[in-house]
Amino acid sequence: MTCKEVVELMTDYLDGMLSTRDRARFEEHMTGCDGCKAYLSELRTARMLMGRVASEPVPEPLKAELMSAFRNWKSS
Amino acid sequence: MTMSVSLFSSLPPLSQGRSPYPGPRVVREPIDRDLDALRSGGEAAFEALIGRYHGPMMRLAMTYLRDRGAAEDAVQETWLTCLKTIERFEGRSSFKTWIFGILLNVARARRRKESRILPFTALLRRVTGEGRGPTVDPHRFGGDGLWSDPPDNWSNIPESRLLDRETIDHVRAAIEELPAKQREVVILRDVAGFDAGEVCALLAISAANQRVRLHRGRAAVRKMLEEYLK
Repeated sequence: MTCKEVVELMTDYLDGMLSTRDRARFEEHMTGCDGCKAYLSELRTARMLMGRVASEPVPEPLKAELMSAFRNWKSS
Repeated sequence: MTMSVSLFSSLPPLSQGRSPYPGPRVVREPIDRDLDALRSGGEAAFEALIGRYHGPMMRLAMTYLRDRGAAEDAVQETWLTCLKTIERFEGRSSFKTWIFGILLNVARARRRKESRILPFTALLRRVTGEGRGPTVDPHRFGGDGLWSDPPDNWSNIPESRLLDRETIDHVRAAIEELPAKQREVVILRDVAGFDAGEVCALLAISAANQRVRLHRGRAAVRKMLEEYLK
């Protein structure tokens, strides 16, 4: 496998979707390739940072509306 | 508006690998903490629930709608629909999958209404541009397919810089710039934390489509980070 091929398989690799044979070839390439190791590590970092985008406070007016709806639902 | 709340009633159970160690058959009743929080919890539990999902829900709604206000309205309608219909929720998917399914229905319905008001070109950019071809600039490889211009190593970048607010803001902006089909998959997988099978079911797309869109989206966000962190 070449680096050009390996970079396109990285999401499949991370999701465990490569066949046993392709996984072995992928990992064999990775062992000796610092560029691909760096690329995979960066994709993981990008994924981790995207997980941090999630946090966002609920605006107070929306929270008040939803809490009021919740109270009505609980009491009904 | 009629809301399909049984959207996932025909879903097969989420795929679970066969255990290599056959043992006694144990029937496990999965615990859905979100559902418990809603049904049995008090106000604090509900407040925590809406807080936990607000960010991913807003990001997903904004894939379909024109601005934050419209996205907030969609999130609000989603929770109100949830409270109205929770008694009919059969638990065939997780509560989280169910609530995001409602949000997708609400946001798409609102988008259809918007599209009757907004000029066509305003919406066009949101649906096109799925993209084909390599995700890394071919000029970065030599004729032998090996790196000629390898990626920088980020291991020397201090964690404080990687995790600072400005970096996260750049990541958020990069996600918002993705073509819509990549963006919705990236948001569901990497922002909201769904697994591949759940995303395929939510968006009614094949496993191969899901992987292609996710890979292209992640590669684009990585590329933006590479430029930003240089």
